[in-house]
Amino acid sequence: MGTDLFSGAKGTASPLRPKIDLSPLKQPVPFNLPFKTVTPRLWLALYLPRFPLEVLGPERATALPVAVISGTGAGSVVVAAGVHAESAGVHVHMLASAACTLAPDLDLTPRDEAAEAAALESLAAWAGQFTSFVSLVPPHGLLLEIGGSLALFGGLDTLLARVRHAIAALGYSARFGVAPTPLGAWLLARAALEEPVTAMHRLPACLAAVPLDCLDLPARIVESLRSVGIERFGDCCRLPRDGVARRTDPRLLAYLDRALGKRADPRLPYTPPPTFQRRLSLPGEVRDTGTLLIAAQRLLLELAGYLQARAGGVQALEWHLAHRRRPATRLVIELVTPSRDAGHLLMLLRERLARVVLAEAVVYLGIRVRDILPLAPSNQDLYGEEGVTGGDWRALVERLRARLGKTAVQGLAVSAEHRPEKAWRCCAPGESPAGAPPSVHTPGRPLWLLDPPEVLRTVAGEPFLEGRLHLVRGPERIESGWWDGHDIARDYFEALHASGTRYWIYRELRKQRAWYLHGVFA
Amino acid sequence: MSAALARLRRHPAIWRRRLPPASVLPTGFPALDEMLPGAGWPMGALTEILVPRAGAGELRLVMPALADLSTRGRWLVWVGPPYVPYAPALEARGIALSRILWVRSDNTAQQLWSAEQALRSGACGAVLTWPTRVHQRRLRRLQLAAESGGAWALLFRRETSPGDGSPASLRLRVTPAAPVANSLSVEVLKCRGRPGARAEIILDE
Repeated sequence: MGTDLFSGAKGTASPLRPKIDLSPLKQPVPFNLPFKTVTPRLWLALYLPRFPLEVLGPERATALPVAVISGTGAGSVVVAAGVHAESAGVHVHMLASAACTLAPDLDLTPRDEAAEAAALESLAAWAGQFTSFVSLVPPHGLLLEIGGSLALFGGLDTLLARVRHAIAALGYSARFGVAPTPLGAWLLARAALEEPVTAMHRLPACLAAVPLDCLDLPARIVESLRSVGIERFGDCCRLPRDGVARRTDPRLLAYLDRALGKRADPRLPYTPPPTFQRRLSLPGEVRDTGTLLIAAQRLLLELAGYLQARAGGVQALEWHLAHRRRPATRLVIELVTPSRDAGHLLMLLRERLARVVLAEAVVYLGIRVRDILPLAPSNQDLYGEEGVTGGDWRALVERLRARLGKTAVQGLAVSAEHRPEKAWRCCAPGESPAGAPPSVHTPGRPLWLLDPPEVLRTVAGEPFLEGRLHLVRGPERIESGWWDGHDIARDYFEALHASGTRYWIYRELRKQRAWYLHGVFA
Repeated sequence: MSAALARLRRHPAIWRRRLPPASVLPTGFPALDEMLPGAGWPMGALTEILVPRAGAGELRLVMPALADLSTRGRWLVWVGPPYVPYAPALEARGIALSRILWVRSDNTAQQLWSAEQALRSGACGAVLTWPTRVHQRRLRRLQLAAESGGAWALLFRRETSPGDGSPASLRLRVTPAAPVANSLSVEVLKCRGRPGARAEIILDE
């Protein structure tokens, strides 16, 4: 263990930082305590072999034989092939013309390097939920330092299973490599040697089988090695060092040393941007909500990972549905409380889309989040009764608002006013008027209010509503509001209908002295 | 509740025991409690109240129970009421206004959808609806949603609505009896136990 740590330390760029444990010591302090408490570095490499294809949208990877090509004309080469294309014999580095011969119905798409770069950065931001150190390996790989995350996630196997599950949910196929050195992990992933290597002393034996093709070395070096019968990483290591340095290229030795942890291999950490903005091209022109939601799900899962890494949530997010000819459809989704639940955010978009008529097919789907708000971890009920008595009213409000619109779902409050129509107002749901003055307590107010009041007919000078109305209480005179131009002068009465219904009616004290129905006692 | 206490209660390290939901809610009218199975409004079920016309006294009949729910922090969702629920009168009857959610929609399908979401959410004490036309199948969905969310689903309908095969676990007919005395005649059309019971109750002013 001690020797592993030592060589591991040499293989990484940053100095070892002893972790100080403040818990009371129950055992005698061992001699080498500072070294024991250091978390050994361990790297997880994610290699995405189908990345150029998968960034074009989750749909394309599963349809007919598909391939992404790079270059133009006769020299164009396959850079990624779908499952169906691969089973027809199409593979990476093959000429596009040869691929078309093998699979006549092959759908060729040109490579979109800008989209790949954006997707890789977004994936790095997403990976921040698993570790604080993520490094890009362009064009289609990531390196995660996971030594410090193992305790949090409950061990290597659990962590790997979670990453594997989460990345599959995003729609990417990834190959994993785990090793104490970043380059070692990367080579294992490239060579599809997925057995994790955690001990430094096992690394040379495990890397020995990596084929020469997987080494990111200049073509000239690879050719010269192949000409002397070298096929694998292990063969290179067996060559005499001084001879290799003289005859091939000193860069080869440096490369081997970095992989084995004999030489420092500093990596640049990826720092996610302060706001989240991402765009995804859609397969063709999309009108159907289902396909839009599949694309939206990937964006939301990426957002959720990004937010998890920053212990934050969003309260408003903006969707852009770009059309070819018209200006983009912009959908703003507002939440009552910050959230980072991809499923909930997706449901809100689904409800919102149900209310929208798309003027034209969508070609790009974009998402933008400006403000990241701190999000407290949720407080789980010990007996799991949340669903029965607690419930999440905020989620309900968001759900109703997503379908009916914000103004259709409101709370109610009272205002300190004598004019009946101004004695109430709409407010944000759940808003409690802290410190508000107690309302003007007036007995004899009806539970229903007519807004606006309804003019009543009169028969022989008496108010009439499907029959005569008997005034059983009143008048209550309300004169108020001269200061804002909406002044009223009314006499209110409680009136009884023959059916037994009680109404709240008033008579204008000015102009025509008309009767109005203003409420029902219900 | 003071802001400091509210902040404290939101603290993730503090766990609060929640009481199991009551399956029956006292109506506030002893004469009515006596008629109903379990002596109260059935929670987690659908109650249908038939009135000759909107405003016959049906709201004042349910006010004590609604006030009780709202002061215990449970939400009252009003889906598509025929008029504006008047906040000063609600407050005067003891309703905690901060627990009211007013959903405005004229479309029956949207109203039923909203009611179902609210019932299912688990956050609501009562969900009040006034649908104009509604299929038995949709009522059954409301009944199931009320069961799963433990909420009181209240459906106000005109007396003329057909009642055969209604899935409501309680069906009442409400008619003003002696108008001047503010009294209301309540007839149980359907319930577990003893349908056909009738009571006169006096509403508060």
